[in-house]
Amino acid sequence: MRSDYLSGDTLQSIYFGGGTPSLLTEKELSAIFNQIYKTFSIEEDAEVTLEANPDDLTPEKVQILKNSPVNRLSIGIQSFFEEDLKAWNRAHTAAEAIACIQRVQDAGFENLTADLIYGATTTPDEHWVENIQRLIDFKIPHLSCYALTVEERTALGHFVRKGRVEAPKDEHAARQFEILMKMMAEHGYDHYEISNFAKSGYYAVHNSSYWKGSHYLGIGPGAHSFNGDSRSWNIANNPKYIKAIRQGKQSGIQLYETEYLTLEQKYNEYILTGLRTIWGCSLEHIRSIKPEFEAHFIQKVQPFVEKNWMQEQAKTFTLTQKGKLLADYISAELFLL
Amino acid sequence: MPSMEKIRNFCVIAHIDHGKSTLSDRLLEFTKTIADRDMQDQALDSMDLERERGITIKSHAIQMYYNHNDGEKYTFNLIDTPGHVDFSYEVSRSIAACEGALLLVDASQGIQAQTISNLYLAIEHDLEIIPILNKVDMPSAMIDEVTEQIVDLLGCEEEDVIHASGKTGLGVEEILAAIVDRIPAPTGDPKAPLQALIFDSVFNSFRGAIAYFRIMNGQIRKGDLVRFVNTGKEYKADEIGVLQMDQIPQKMLGTGDVGYIITGIKESKEIKVGDTITHVDNPCEEAIHGFEEVKPMVFAGIFPVDNDDFEDLRDSLEKLQLNDASLVFEPETSVALGFGFRCGFLGMLHLDIIQERLTREFDQNVITTIPNVSYFAYTKKGEKITIHTPTDMPDPTLLDRVEEPIISAQIITKPEYIGNIMTLCMEKRGTLKSQHYLTQYRVELTFDIPLAEIVFDFYDRLKSVTRGYASFDYHPDSYKPADLVKLDIKLNGEPVDALSALVHRTKAEAFGRKICKRLKELLPRQQFVIAIQAAIGAKIIARETISALRKDVTAKCYGGDITRKRKLLEKQKKGKKKMRQVGNVSIPQKAFLDVLKLN
Repeated sequence: MRSDYLSGDTLQSIYFGGGTPSLLTEKELSAIFNQIYKTFSIEEDAEVTLEANPDDLTPEKVQILKNSPVNRLSIGIQSFFEEDLKAWNRAHTAAEAIACIQRVQDAGFENLTADLIYGATTTPDEHWVENIQRLIDFKIPHLSCYALTVEERTALGHFVRKGRVEAPKDEHAARQFEILMKMMAEHGYDHYEISNFAKSGYYAVHNSSYWKGSHYLGIGPGAHSFNGDSRSWNIANNPKYIKAIRQGKQSGIQLYETEYLTLEQKYNEYILTGLRTIWGCSLEHIRSIKPEFEAHFIQKVQPFVEKNWMQEQAKTFTLTQKGKLLADYISAELFLL
Repeated sequence: MPSMEKIRNFCVIAHIDHGKSTLSDRLLEFTKTIADRDMQDQALDSMDLERERGITIKSHAIQMYYNHNDGEKYTFNLIDTPGHVDFSYEVSRSIAACEGALLLVDASQGIQAQTISNLYLAIEHDLEIIPILNKVDMPSAMIDEVTEQIVDLLGCEEEDVIHASGKTGLGVEEILAAIVDRIPAPTGDPKAPLQALIFDSVFNSFRGAIAYFRIMNGQIRKGDLVRFVNTGKEYKADEIGVLQMDQIPQKMLGTGDVGYIITGIKESKEIKVGDTITHVDNPCEEAIHGFEEVKPMVFAGIFPVDNDDFEDLRDSLEKLQLNDASLVFEPETSVALGFGFRCGFLGMLHLDIIQERLTREFDQNVITTIPNVSYFAYTKKGEKITIHTPTDMPDPTLLDRVEEPIISAQIITKPEYIGNIMTLCMEKRGTLKSQHYLTQYRVELTFDIPLAEIVFDFYDRLKSVTRGYASFDYHPDSYKPADLVKLDIKLNGEPVDALSALVHRTKAEAFGRKICKRLKELLPRQQFVIAIQAAIGAKIIARETISALRKDVTAKCYGGDITRKRKLLEKQKKGKKKMRQVGNVSIPQKAFLDVLKLN
């Protein structure tokens, strides 16, 4: 239906994420790949990532994936400690987390990324250090580490509101983030995005495209797409999404909504995503959005450079380690309204 | 025009929720003053706010006709009085315009402080009291006990108490008959010079300010030249008439009549409740007694949330003042809040009502600062200064003394709560004046308390220490010396003028600590440490610290997160633009509003 959205570009990456794509059967997986290869032209060494939970990665499933075009696995490890996993309602145990890494590496998956969560009240600093160290020891080339955030309308949000779970403290998370940055640097990982660390050559191709403003097409309920000028998002309700796909226009359901970005919004998104990355925000790019924006940026960025929250190199600005802890605040200050 | 003997002027004395408005509705219905199809609950309460809160804010008057069993047709003037302590002066003027009063008591609630103080006012003015036990159809009605209370209070007979229900209409006929039989007709000399008491005024955008009056002596004709004795101003009576559901113009009104007068007055400030109307030629010898200039008791700053709305706010306050001459205001500037107005109110309810009317009727978004009462400061040079705002307070080195208003407070409660109430009143620097058992189960306590102590959380505290079984009323009593200090609140060393307050020295520390603690909860953490201090002069008496925000960064920022996050940050940035800046600290509007809700 939306095959022309990317105007015939060759795809550099395919990403199965959101929910639990590791539940897909062999048949479903191959049907999807057949359709993708039929519809789009794909780069020969395209990155094909699939998100998986440790408990889903049975020996059979690993074999199925190995025989598919999937060449990178993103494993939701979260932690190697039972206290954490229980607190977060994860289905896997610490032992399963270890076993599954060994299993996928034995099957020949070497391009792996693992998720870890820090800053929770259940995670003391020693455990956090151990979590990072394990992945380093496993020679996992890419890590995504997220601070535990209490979101509204989640079980955790509910428990915190009710006072049954202690809200995570930002000092705690900030300290663990600093531990993380230090250990990653010591072991040769690049901090190429606020929450992402990788050995050289292992930067996530797919996720990097989000941050660099590349175009992408999202398939499935709630998935977002971007073509440079507009963002669109599919209807999030599953039955409605299926109905809209099956019956097309007759369903009376609008499959996706689109929003065209103003120049200010384009600039804001560039600041928001750019500052989070190793590539930073360049004056040249800001000028290319609208020449007048450059002066605004230069004026606003000055106090942050003075505070050593930001640094400049060759007309490109990036966050310092200190600044990375306050990325949202700094972005908002640089925004145009 | 009815002859004087066929006129009955009366008011209704009742506590909030005791059914005054519903019973009034029944009287209007029964006398066919109001057609069924026009009937709306609480017909006399014309403001939405009055209907909702079930209280009468403005006085009203309405005329009805009643055919008595003696075959005669009588004219009744019901003067509905405001039902709250803030308006007790207006109540006293309405009472002065009547010969009788219906004392309405809820059969399940019993007599309340408000009822008693108004009843005393009515008795002082020699009004004939008709006691009515209302809501007798309620299962919780305590008919015997409450009847006993009424008999004790009035010294009447049990048979004099009429049983009624505004809901079912029970007793309505009996009440109407009793009005004729028991309340005396007006007295006064129709041939004497005109002497009419103004008991209220309303504002009409087409016709200007309209005064409601009761003629005590003499008569008035359309076109007469009249003088308002206390203001000394003279007008032509362009229109006079009686008040039914609409204003009905008349050529002449006589002694005992209740009516309205339109003279083309543009500002309701010129019409003072309690003033006397007389003729320019042949004036009365003296004004009617009891006139007072109403003075605001409580002052607070009202600021527009958005400074661009300053002129709008002025416009709205001016319009409110047309209707409500007791509201006073003058421009005020605050470093923290910008341009606004220092406003004077009769009391806390009045403040509350003005705030709400500004929001509802005028769509104004306002911040109200910590209210304070009106103090007198005496300098060492012997000057007397009236203090309406903390910044008016002279420097301590120049100050001789400060005097604060003291009120006489009546509290009626159950005996078991006496201890709690005494503790509360002591804490509020009050002194017990008397303790009087109305019945075995109800006791009336009289205290002298500084008004400033009532301004804050007195009502809520009283309610909680008595589980709601207390009613409260007060009257201004006197001014007494007080050891007051000006308490400043500072954020990172910068004083927030809008949070300054005048407090008693013994309360300053606790008050300062409370505000600091509250601010700590209300101020968002910022990227630097915020010191919150309460200070008297240079001396810091309380301090709280808000630690710097260490981490402000989104964990995940992939596909769909980008738009969401951008919108969220844009929204936050817009919100922050609306915050007030004191030094480097941003203060949300909400913090100003909430910091004052100290309990």
